[in-house]
Amino acid sequence: MTQEHRLPSPISNPENKPFWDAAQENRLILKLCNSCKESHYYPRSICPHCGSNETTWVESKGLGEIYSYTVMRRGVEVPFAMAYVKLNEGISLLTHLTNCDFDAIRVGQKVKVVFQETQDGQKTHLFEPV
Amino acid sequence: MSFATNACIAGIYEHPLRVAPDHTVAQLHAEVARGALLDAGLTLNDVDAYFCAGDAPGMGTVSMADYLGLKKLSYLDSTDTGGSSYLTHVNHAARAIAQGQCKVALITLAGRPKSEGSSGTQVRSQYANAPDFAFEKPYSPAPLNTYAMCAMRHMYEFGTTSEQLAWIKVAASHHAQHNPNAMLKDVLTVEDVLNSPMIADPLHRADCCVVTDSGGALIVVHPDIAKTLKKPVITMMGASETTKGQMGGKVDLTYSGLAWAAPRAFAEAKLTPEQIRYASIYDSFTITVLIQLEDLGFCKKGEGGRFVEGGQLISGKGRLAFNTDGGGLCNNHPANRGGMTKVIEAVRQLRGEAHPAVQVPNLEFALASGIGGALGTRHGAAALIMGRLQ
Repeated sequence: MTQEHRLPSPISNPENKPFWDAAQENRLILKLCNSCKESHYYPRSICPHCGSNETTWVESKGLGEIYSYTVMRRGVEVPFAMAYVKLNEGISLLTHLTNCDFDAIRVGQKVKVVFQETQDGQKTHLFEPV
Repeated sequence: MSFATNACIAGIYEHPLRVAPDHTVAQLHAEVARGALLDAGLTLNDVDAYFCAGDAPGMGTVSMADYLGLKKLSYLDSTDTGGSSYLTHVNHAARAIAQGQCKVALITLAGRPKSEGSSGTQVRSQYANAPDFAFEKPYSPAPLNTYAMCAMRHMYEFGTTSEQLAWIKVAASHHAQHNPNAMLKDVLTVEDVLNSPMIADPLHRADCCVVTDSGGALIVVHPDIAKTLKKPVITMMGASETTKGQMGGKVDLTYSGLAWAAPRAFAEAKLTPEQIRYASIYDSFTITVLIQLEDLGFCKKGEGGRFVEGGQLISGKGRLAFNTDGGGLCNNHPANRGGMTKVIEAVRQLRGEAHPAVQVPNLEFALASGIGGALGTRHGAAALIMGRLQ
């Protein structure tokens, strides 16, 4: 089932602009800390794991598995599948699942990133089964 | 000096309305403040500390103190941790009283989400400037769907079932039948819960709390004042609070911040979970209760499902009486912030003022715990342990 409605747009700001510029090019980038060598999400200028300001953008392959999910069936115009996807980098991000049967989603399922335009044309990341 | 000897909860009031379209929010704050002061046997002129959360009208404590007519304030606090704010307010008030900064603290909550059309399925727009919302907005995170992901993960890791979650609602409904003000008074069965519509897998409509206009207030006082009042003296014994979020992406939905805060509260109170026979546990959703029961230490992590099944939370029947007013699941979830009513019912139990059908006999200690914000993204967590002075 593919989403028929367009998603609300994310909010670009000076701190996160590179992330959204990359999404526009169908690339998922994460922040890596040069001090503690850990990735984090959502991206910040200061590492939330160790407090270092030595963070750099690194490209992710966008591969991972479903950590948890829910199908929002009522109270919304169009049902959607929300999930936390745990990337192979070891960190999880809040997202939607697409191009799948909502009734067949399973925790642990392997997924990969895809990009979809939101209401104002900005693309954002979703995931689909591998 | 122990914490226990330094602050007491002397006044409580829960607004009887559940739908209040003809009241202003400020008016509801004033009505619950008046009710709690009358309950304590005190007046506005006795109040020297005021607490409300960030959702209060206008400029929080400044606007509300002026509106209420509080003229002798020496201590203010508008800490906002969502629905758990009022548990943190009691903790902060008790510490301030113990430090000698004030003697009579008023804590108020009120709101009209029912009349204003709020729902747990909606994105909470007041967080539009939050750094996380910039990334999460496309996905419409709402209280319901993010809590649902906690339930889904708990089921995956520990084998928790929808039937077990349903028992939490069933227990709340058994208690709510005795509360004339409760929004939902019908006794439910596990089948009733499972047959209610699926809203966000695996949570059904009946796994959710009610949406109500209402409010509540508390009076926390110095023990010297409590001893002059007519009500039984309810003392603070231990308290702690924290926040927990996505931890930079190292997300773990199976536990709440209470896993960190509750042991501190128990240590301060010099009690163990085995000694608690009544607990008010924040019940925005059934899964909220299950995860807190584990984090509070009533059972091991992952065993919450087995702990609650078969009516173990029903007063007079199970191991632990919980939310004997019917809780947020059936009675009241004023302003979408249930921490206030958690403290109120715990105090009723300790005073012996709960409904006779649900009163726990000879109760010495009670616990109240809360989760504010969203368990599945970022939340505040707080626990209070109280006792009746014998």
